[in-house]
Amino acid sequence: MSSAVLLIILSGYLALLFFVAHWAEKKGNIRWTNNPYVYSLSLAVYCSAWTYYGSIGLAANSGLGYLPVYVGPVIIIPAWIILLRKVIRISRINKISSIADFISLRYGNSRFLGALVTLIVLFGVLPYIALQLKAISETFHVVTNTTESTNFIYDTTTYVAIALALFASYYGTRYVDASQKRKGIVTAVAMESVLKLFFFLLLGLYVTFYVFDGFDDITQKAAQLEGYAQKNTVGGIPEAINWFFLCLLSLFAIFLLPRQFQMSVIENNREHHLKTAIWLFPLYLLLFNLFVYPIAWGGNILFEGQGVNPDTYSLMIPRIMGNPVVTVLVFLGGFSAAISMIVVSSISLSTMLSNNILIPYGFLGALQSSDEETNSKRIVNIRKIGIFSLVIASYIIYKGLVLDYNLVSIGLVAFVVIAQLAPSFFGAILWRRGSRNGAVAGITGGFLVCTYTLLVPYATGVAKMGGSIITEGPLGVTLLKPFSLFGLDYLTPVPHALFWSLLVNIFLYMAVSVSFKGNYRERNYAEMFVDIDRYINMHEKAFIWKGTAYTSDIEKVLKRFLGEERTKRAMNIFNLKYNVDKDQELADARLVKFAENLLTGHIGTASAKILIASVVKEEKITLPEVLKILEESKENIIINKKLTETSNELQKITAQLKEANEKLLWKDRQKDEFLDTVTHELRTPITAIRAASEILHDDDEIPEELKKQFLQNIITESDRLNRLISLILDLEKFETGRQDINLSQNDLEHTVNKALEPLQQLIANKNIHVVLNTSGSTEACYDEDRIVQVVTNLLANAIKFCPEQNGVIKIAIKGNKDILTTTVEDNGKGIAPADTELIFDKFYQSNNQNIKKPVGSGLGLAISRQIIERHNGKIWAENAEGSGARLIFTLPKNL
Amino acid sequence: MKKILIVDDEPNIVMSLEYTFKKNNFEVFIARDGQEALDILKSHLPDVIILDVMMPHVDGYATLEQIKKEERLSGCRVIFLSAKNKENDIEKGLALGADLYMTKPFSIKKLIEQVNELIT
Repeated sequence: MSSAVLLIILSGYLALLFFVAHWAEKKGNIRWTNNPYVYSLSLAVYCSAWTYYGSIGLAANSGLGYLPVYVGPVIIIPAWIILLRKVIRISRINKISSIADFISLRYGNSRFLGALVTLIVLFGVLPYIALQLKAISETFHVVTNTTESTNFIYDTTTYVAIALALFASYYGTRYVDASQKRKGIVTAVAMESVLKLFFFLLLGLYVTFYVFDGFDDITQKAAQLEGYAQKNTVGGIPEAINWFFLCLLSLFAIFLLPRQFQMSVIENNREHHLKTAIWLFPLYLLLFNLFVYPIAWGGNILFEGQGVNPDTYSLMIPRIMGNPVVTVLVFLGGFSAAISMIVVSSISLSTMLSNNILIPYGFLGALQSSDEETNSKRIVNIRKIGIFSLVIASYIIYKGLVLDYNLVSIGLVAFVVIAQLAPSFFGAILWRRGSRNGAVAGITGGFLVCTYTLLVPYATGVAKMGGSIITEGPLGVTLLKPFSLFGLDYLTPVPHALFWSLLVNIFLYMAVSVSFKGNYRERNYAEMFVDIDRYINMHEKAFIWKGTAYTSDIEKVLKRFLGEERTKRAMNIFNLKYNVDKDQELADARLVKFAENLLTGHIGTASAKILIASVVKEEKITLPEVLKILEESKENIIINKKLTETSNELQKITAQLKEANEKLLWKDRQKDEFLDTVTHELRTPITAIRAASEILHDDDEIPEELKKQFLQNIITESDRLNRLISLILDLEKFETGRQDINLSQNDLEHTVNKALEPLQQLIANKNIHVVLNTSGSTEACYDEDRIVQVVTNLLANAIKFCPEQNGVIKIAIKGNKDILTTTVEDNGKGIAPADTELIFDKFYQSNNQNIKKPVGSGLGLAISRQIIERHNGKIWAENAEGSGARLIFTLPKNL
Repeated sequence: MKKILIVDDEPNIVMSLEYTFKKNNFEVFIARDGQEALDILKSHLPDVIILDVMMPHVDGYATLEQIKKEERLSGCRVIFLSAKNKENDIEKGLALGADLYMTKPFSIKKLIEQVNELIT
């Protein structure tokens, strides 16, 4: 393929990247960018070009050696839910923007430690970035089948590097506050993660099933090759120890690599995204490794004895098979892997560089302007230049230095350098006694050891050429041989260096921490880091500070970096959160911490402390004092917690009271309605009586027959009145529980007939056909008079609702072992479904207050319910099939 | 002969009213709820309607609302006759456009007087 075509494809791809980043930064697309899958996929920035090409090289050269780099992370990732969550919380509330900031803050805002960490990281990562550029360049030439040009003007990598530098410096510095999320970058990286995996799997399938005939075919053919069996075993104990250290190394890397810290901690939007990441990310790594083995050995088979660099197998195989599409796709996958690593690494490195070296050691003076915009612009420019120069520096390393090691060895060297941060980092969240001096001593010591055992031999090239220093030791002192220090000769150089450097590092870190007292700030932050869950909501309160400070001075400093508007807003939030009067002149520890926090994202922890310290007068506090205050604040927090609990309880009780009150009010209303109903019910017969009486009294010409009828009406209505009064009294008695029931053994069939008896006339008048069915034993223990009353009410109801013609009432009594169920069914209009429950309510007025109850007195069903419930039975209504209502009650046989 | 429509669901009350108005030379129509009343009004045009409030299916207020919608019935005088005697019940009845609101129990003599007064 010609260089020009590939360049056009590359430019198109980079344009797509810009577009995705640009799209993701738009507010409307937050749903797509702020989700656990994007987060999990962005973590796959771990898989750089080294993974993409180097794993294959390693697998082809030395068998299973490529695995530990993935096994390590997979082992530790489940623990993220505890460890990483803690780091995320600490970083979020303290507005931490890099691993250097994290370590520097924990050890008392130490400016020196922040700078040291930054330097270590630079040492490890710059060559690593250079390595990615090298991978891009080499693979470009493999695809185009050209040779590298030493003239940088004709070298494509130059332009790629410049494009990436521009991309990263533009999207990496959208906000002055470095702890802000970079949605554009994260989304672009997540997309690249998908692409690189997809292209890699595509290649795997292509090699396994197209070039060869499946896994078996490759295995069989590979088994013929020299050294196959030996390369594909873990080996003896020494090999296992090598494995162990490599796993440990990559386990550290997944936490400590600046790009991993950036993606997993700084760019984490929601803690719960971790829940997805802990399965999705290991799955991703697994998928990525699925085809490493077949591609590597497929390459070994195809290129046996041809001296092809195994790192380029993934491109060479499709190329010699004459498939340019697969070749280009694989190249794009590798390109994605490389550039996402370069972009994220350079952003995090530049943040560290600006916030932990440049600003605290030099430019803080340059940020004296009282205008927020000027300061912000300066900070952003520092970072932009930082990112740009980092990428260019890497380019120079790639161009200028001899990087003739394979991808894996340089990657692992970078890992060992970064691993020097492990003791201080894990100590920071797990061990309160860890001190700044311990961290400085440990990191320095470890770094020196690894310089001697790894960096120097690799940088000077003796590692490859095998100079006398490697074989015989410096000046012939065999104990000091860099690759087998003190006679430790069964470890390969990388695990060997890791072992010695970590040993020295941990020893110094712990020994110095235990032997020398740290200052009070370290101890304060130790408490806040280790016990983050306790302080998460009140971390300003856990900050100890003594001295004199004026709110106005602090505000002035804040304004220089946040601007007038945001400072005002921040102060408002602070005053609200801690219930502080806004005219408070003197600032307290909480405000000092709050202000430092606000500045941290902009200029780093160390500078934030220096800036605030410049406007306040701090008094020295002794360590014992700090410990005492911490103890007290712990107690305070416990008391606070208890107070919160009590107040929660109070709130609950208040809610309960409110509810009870509402119930009472409701009952009151119900009572009023009941009284209304009752008066209405009582007035109706009185009205009839009065009208009839008046006619009889005034009218002498009234015919005899009518006179009798009116008199009969008076009698009927008087009886009705009397019944009503008894009913009301009964209801009242049942409700207040004062009504006794006289239980005796009875037969319900007999009771129903007893109730039917007085109604016969009414039934005959309306021509209703009554059917009574029983099944099982109908005997039970109940108050017969009361149940007669219930059945009468149900029957009266049914009679009322039966149609004028062909009325049918079906009564059924079913007895089983424990319960008697009685059903009274009519063939009338039925009950509105909404009313089936309400008709038993004594206050029932349907939905409309002026619609009369379907049941005569309106109280009959209410009292029936009281009676049945007093017998521990149930009563309800439903609509029968077809038409009609069905009223059902149950009675337990033995009460 | 003047026409009167009595709307009430209590048969014994209706009976007294029917007797009284017949005796006073009214043609009497009877409905047991609002719906029946509205049905009767489709084919008859009474001079006076005596309307109970609490009735099954369609109550007196709703019945009056329907009556007021009919231009044809605008000449009908409407008297509420109800056991609901609270002030807001009465106010509601009058606000709906009833000519009179009388509470139960009532005096027959007074009712006749009021009706006669309304239609002359």
